Amino acid sequence: MIRRPSQSHIHGWLLLMPAAVFLIAFTYYPTIATLAKSFFSQGNAIKPSRFVGLENYEYLLTDEVFWKVVGNNIIYAATTIPISIGLAMVMALWVNGKLPFKSLARMSYFTPTILPMIAVANIWLFFYTPDIGLIDQVAGVFGISGHNWLGDPDTVLGCIIIITIWKEAGFFMIFYLAALQTLSPELEEAAKLEGAGRWYYFRRVIFPLLMPTTLFVLINAIINSFKLVDQLFILTKGGPDNSSSLLLYYIYEVAFSFLDQAYASTLTVVLLIALAVIAISQFVFLDKKVHYQ
Amino acid sequence: MLTKLKHHAGKWTLAAALGLGMASSASAVDLTMYYPVAVGGPLTKVVDGMVEDFEKANPDINVNAIYAGNYNDARIKALAALQSGEPAQTSVMFSIDIYELIEQGAIVPYDDVVETEEEKAWLNSFYPALMENGKTQGKTWGIPFQRSTIVMYYNKDAFREAGLDPENPPATWDELVEAGKKLTKKNGDTVEQWGAMIPSTGYPYWMFGALAMQNGQTLMNSEGNETYFNAPATIEALQYWQDLGNKHGIMPSGTIEWATLRQNFLEGKTAMMWHSTGNLTAVKNDASFDFGVAMLPAQKRRGTPTGGGNFYIFEKSSPEERKAAIKLIRFLTEPERTAEWSIGTGYLGTGPDAYATPELTQYVKDFPPAAVARDQLEFATAELSTFQNGRVRKLLDDAIQSVLIGDKTPAEALDSAQKQADRLLKNYR
Repeated sequence: MIRRPSQSHIHGWLLLMPAAVFLIAFTYYPTIATLAKSFFSQGNAIKPSRFVGLENYEYLLTDEVFWKVVGNNIIYAATTIPISIGLAMVMALWVNGKLPFKSLARMSYFTPTILPMIAVANIWLFFYTPDIGLIDQVAGVFGISGHNWLGDPDTVLGCIIIITIWKEAGFFMIFYLAALQTLSPELEEAAKLEGAGRWYYFRRVIFPLLMPTTLFVLINAIINSFKLVDQLFILTKGGPDNSSSLLLYYIYEVAFSFLDQAYASTLTVVLLIALAVIAISQFVFLDKKVHYQ
Repeated sequence: MLTKLKHHAGKWTLAAALGLGMASSASAVDLTMYYPVAVGGPLTKVVDGMVEDFEKANPDINVNAIYAGNYNDARIKALAALQSGEPAQTSVMFSIDIYELIEQGAIVPYDDVVETEEEKAWLNSFYPALMENGKTQGKTWGIPFQRSTIVMYYNKDAFREAGLDPENPPATWDELVEAGKKLTKKNGDTVEQWGAMIPSTGYPYWMFGALAMQNGQTLMNSEGNETYFNAPATIEALQYWQDLGNKHGIMPSGTIEWATLRQNFLEGKTAMMWHSTGNLTAVKNDASFDFGVAMLPAQKRRGTPTGGGNFYIFEKSSPEERKAAIKLIRFLTEPERTAEWSIGTGYLGTGPDAYATPELTQYVKDFPPAAVARDQLEFATAELSTFQNGRVRKLLDDAIQSVLIGDKTPAEALDSAQKQADRLLKNYR
């Protein structure tokens, strides 16, 4: 049976429709509405919303808190991404080898991932609590005096970063583990026959073969470094003095605590642009370095 | 969902039982009310129970009481419901949301709804300090329901050990420092017990409202369009707070976590803590030592802000619905129910007549700390509440924290906060 082209078009569009409806309703429309809203002022019963052009963006440039959270977010991303990916790779190699109680080790690395972030944050809150917290009690055994971990601007962001790494590394490990299991054992045998050391084998064979996984994990890690802020609600609320606030948390504050949806939209647009630039550059530059089998 | 179904089912059976003979179902009024609970689970049962009692007493009014999370969630949900056209006639929301709600045009003043002399008298039956956050522009917009103040909890055993009189807790700032020094126990560099802790995360502005008031200074005017963040007395108050940690060494420096402070106190890591009266029942249940509750100390005078939730009536409601809402609110704030509520939670009885009820009289007699918050009301003032409340509050919170962590001096931080608050509020003057 031969179809006319127009018919198969309709067929194609019908197949796409369910996904397209949801994408438009929950992704594209909100994105465009956000962009539009960022050019208007916040309205209320007394003063209706009006077009203000770039005024919200001008305010953003002078907003000290905004620049502080951007700085924090850059530190947060620059530490959580490489460390959690590196750890994940090491853990995956470790639990992929010959190891007694292998499933137990795999499970224990994966456990942090399945815990909800809010529960995790509540547990860590009591780890970090000065004097009575777990960390200070352990340190106390060695005669180290207590520290106000979450109340000190120099340590608070580090504390948040550690939780994130602890939570994410196990998740990424699963992807690496899956990738490692697809590697043919012949490769290892061949490498051994050729006299390659373990490090050389990892560097020249395993690591390149894991690159597609690394790209996938990297994208996830970057998205998470902007998306994962649940712990802040429990641990610090962004304090002290915004030392641990991240961009998305600040957006939440502006939108739901300050009830200023116009400025929250402006901040969201900035976040979207940043993420879009990162995603595009990843696909353009990194794709060349990735070897798909 | 299931509970909601049950709720409806319950209402239908109730309506069927009561309403079989009454053909007046057309005149029945439906009320939807949102309410927050800020201190934990079982309180929803207390509220639902009281609402059920009301429905029994007023078969022509159906109340749909919806638990809406914490104060912030309750405000978001109620406002979202109103915007989307869902009915809601009354709600309990944060007392400091008043200006935001007025600005959104969401609420009506009680003065426009009450009619009889008796109802007008009812408006005046609450403690004046609790009405401060509900009144502005010469009108009453909020009726106190779940309200609290800050009190000082102290460890009597620690007082005895340090040679202090456990029945005489510090009553002035200087005494607090003096007692704090005696109570701070060190082992080498490690502090085993701090003298005092004032929490500085979560609600720093609330604690600071107490210190400022004690130094004779309020933080804002009653129109909600002017703040006094950089008044000399305000700066002094913040200096004192910073000194407790940095100069006198009786409090840890840096910020102190609101959520874990009670645990610190219960484990004996601090001999005194400032906290909401809402913690009273929890401390009473968990303390393994003899503890006391005192009013906050004075500098120029005693002082504490009030806190908690008020009843509001929404603008989008018919005259009948408003009348029914008044009925409901009056029912829930009757002395007996207020007394029951106070005993169950630790929240304040909202009027003097609540403390005159036999139940609360007996409770206070058996457990005197329950009376401290009431006696302190005499010195209480409004909680920080202005137009642009979220932003203004954050300005002050950040200023306080930047001083406590040693980044800025009190004058610097508060000057800058005041300047920014002025910029936000000048449109409202």
